[in-house]
Amino acid sequence: MGATTKRRLASAALAIGALAASATARAGYDQLNLPVGVTPISQTAYDLHMLITWICVIIGVAVFGVMFLSIYLHRKSRGVTPAKFHHSTAAEIIWTIIPCVILVGMAYPATKGLIAMEDTSEAEVTIKVTGYQWKWKYEYVEDGITLWSNLDPTSRAAIHGDVSAAENYLLSVDQPLVLPVGKKVRLLITSDDVIHAWWVPQLGMKKDAIPGFVNEMWIRIDDDKAGIYRGQCAELCGKDHGFMPIVVDARAADGYAAWVTERQAAKTAAAPATAGTLAQATAQPTPAARAAF
Amino acid sequence: MSSHTAHDEHHAHDDHHHGPEPGLMRWVYTTNHKDIGTLYMLFALLMFFVGGALAMGIRAELFQPGIQILEPELFNQFTTMHALIMVFGAVMPAWVGFANWQIPIMIGAPDMALPRMNNWSFWILPFAFTMLGMTFFIPGGAPAAGWTMYPPLVLQGGWNLAFMVFAVHLMGMSSIMGAINVIVTILNMRAPGMTLLRMPLFIWTWLITAFLLIAAMPVLAGAVTMLLTDRFFGTSFFNAAGGGDPVMFQHVFWFFGHPEVYIMILPAFGVVSQIIPTFARKPLFGYESMVYATASIAFLSFIVWAHHMFTVGMPLTGELFFMFTTMLIAVPTGVKVFNWVATMWRGAMTFETPMLFALAFVILFTIGGFSGLMLAIAPVDFQYHDTYFVVAHFHYVLVPGAVFALFAGAYYWLPKWTGHMYDEKLGQWHFWLSTISVNVLFFPQHFLGLAGMPRRIPDYAVQFADWNRISSLGGFAFGLSQLIFVYVVYKAIKGGEKATDRVWEGAHGLEWTLSSPPPYHSFNTPPKVTEAEAHS
Ligand SMILES: [Cu+2]
Ligand SMILES: [Cu+2]
Repeated sequence: MGATTKRRLASAALAIGALAASATARAGYDQLNLPVGVTPISQTAYDLHMLITWICVIIGVAVFGVMFLSIYLHRKSRGVTPAKFHHSTAAEIIWTIIPCVILVGMAYPATKGLIAMEDTSEAEVTIKVTGYQWKWKYEYVEDGITLWSNLDPTSRAAIHGDVSAAENYLLSVDQPLVLPVGKKVRLLITSDDVIHAWWVPQLGMKKDAIPGFVNEMWIRIDDDKAGIYRGQCAELCGKDHGFMPIVVDARAADGYAAWVTERQAAKTAAAPATAGTLAQATAQPTPAARAAF
Repeated sequence: MSSHTAHDEHHAHDDHHHGPEPGLMRWVYTTNHKDIGTLYMLFALLMFFVGGALAMGIRAELFQPGIQILEPELFNQFTTMHALIMVFGAVMPAWVGFANWQIPIMIGAPDMALPRMNNWSFWILPFAFTMLGMTFFIPGGAPAAGWTMYPPLVLQGGWNLAFMVFAVHLMGMSSIMGAINVIVTILNMRAPGMTLLRMPLFIWTWLITAFLLIAAMPVLAGAVTMLLTDRFFGTSFFNAAGGGDPVMFQHVFWFFGHPEVYIMILPAFGVVSQIIPTFARKPLFGYESMVYATASIAFLSFIVWAHHMFTVGMPLTGELFFMFTTMLIAVPTGVKVFNWVATMWRGAMTFETPMLFALAFVILFTIGGFSGLMLAIAPVDFQYHDTYFVVAHFHYVLVPGAVFALFAGAYYWLPKWTGHMYDEKLGQWHFWLSTISVNVLFFPQHFLGLAGMPRRIPDYAVQFADWNRISSLGGFAFGLSQLIFVYVVYKAIKGGEKATDRVWEGAHGLEWTLSSPPPYHSFNTPPKVTEAEAHS
């Protein structure tokens, strides 16, 4: 390779590096890694993720280190003569056993985490989540509240226009799923048409919504973590798969109770209407709740 | 025989001309393993650019937020067709092309065992892909439910489903015939003295791959046939309302799908195991453990499938089983990587283009292996699943994995195939540009996935914009860099410095004892293979 070639390559690498660095600076560290999230599940997932990432990094550095050392030392241009060896039973046994030990070390916390994640017992709130092409329906089983959640119209309008005009572009809805913090919430997830998947990264888990089947998952948002959490459908479900976001509005106990009371009152007020419009009344957000989340 | 006198006379005539048919019909009628290998590889290269063009469209749409170029329906058609074309049209036929060219000349045979079937298995492919590609021009467009074809979504497609199913049937027939041919050739036509454990690693990996093909492709054919009858003949295999189970499709599909990834990667292991010893001028370290590792990976590939489905709501014990078996694959894969590094150790290395691609393969495939191990951990897979992290993972194993191994093998054997040395300088340019751009293209996708970007979306939230732009720039650069490869191949076919028989100083194996290019019927008298020659 000539000197000019090398210089050109170096400047190309520099340019790419600078671009990457500027993107990192603007996006921040949270745009590089899994979020820690706000639930015990998301914490477990994050811890396992970091554990395995570091194990992989260490193995990678060791293996690639030896490889680069070999590339440096054992080059023909240094005038070396190649060795003749072609196997070593001891070495081969060692590098079969060591990975097995590392794997057991990974499998133990992973198994523990998985068992905890799949335990949906003793939930205090149960919500049925139904995926539709392309919106979500939330039914609060104990409180008798039904919500429909669609992509926020300002996002919809911005798709072919100026995306900066929409706040939380593609990640905002007309009505969020309101959840209490500090309570174990069980989601019963299903679908009315094709397979969707319900996923909010900060809550630590996704689950497929499958027509004809009911899947379960649970969430307990930490007491001090009231706030808005955003996610998206994660299973290809047709043309608007990219446009069925999920927004969770996590509220402290009293705020959540007040919201439940308000929703139930709104439903009672709509009750005298005929059966035909009853469905509509529950399906439409109340004027107060119409603001985008 | 005596009852077919007329035919015998005709055949007697055939047996006497040892050259190819003159003119273009040579390629239609050919039963010669090298001609068919060339056809396979040129077809694969063409498909690589068709699938690549679709990928360029995808990356152009994802260059910035908002929808500019591809409406969501068309975007989904692009992602689906990109995958189908790259998997079934580019990578798999390219490896079959390698098998055709290399197996006879590496085991000391005159040709493949079943030459007419060989011709047929190639010539099915252009029809299969014409049928698949046609769907872009029929009402309703091309298949858009992803290459994984999950029902019920795929059943919402129009006529394209029928076209896709029949195209998959044709591809499956082609693959199975190719695999039978490989097995029969390897088991029956080895030169005297070439025992199984004296076969070159490339032959071993292809033999195992061929068994995977025979086991996996019919399963895919069955799955898509059930889709066909569900869509057009009123069955309910995957329709819950009719008593079926949509998840059952995923189980059947991935029972094919996981072996499929090894169908694409095992021959890559083989090629890299040929190249590293040549340029390290030192025998392959741990030959036997390489063979056993390959066989273990092949076996494990049949009992890990549901790691693609951790979010469908399996019972806990099922999730644990598939998590453990999947993690286990790291052991034989690790053995391979360690063996490659040990082969380099205390060698005398030079870094011609094939070696560069092989070294990049070892590193970048291993990075894909690491992310694969991470994905195996079910409790975290609930976060990774169906995000760009997965996209980054499988592109690392397939592009700087399988595709780089194909490039490595192509540069390695191109002088043997064409009789001319390729342009080393251009080869190095191709390598460096590809290696830098492929990482700019795919590494940021890990970040996108971890930060929460789902896969298969035509548009995204603005916080994903920066990494998507960088990824797209890498994509365009990678796409353009591949034109260099085409030019290098074209130049080598046209002419250039005459290649010697051995081509590479450190090359060992029967193919290097033949002239470059080899005679039309490779080995007319079988060579004798001794232990010393086989493992030097
Ligand atoms: Cu979706
Ligand atoms: Cu798999």
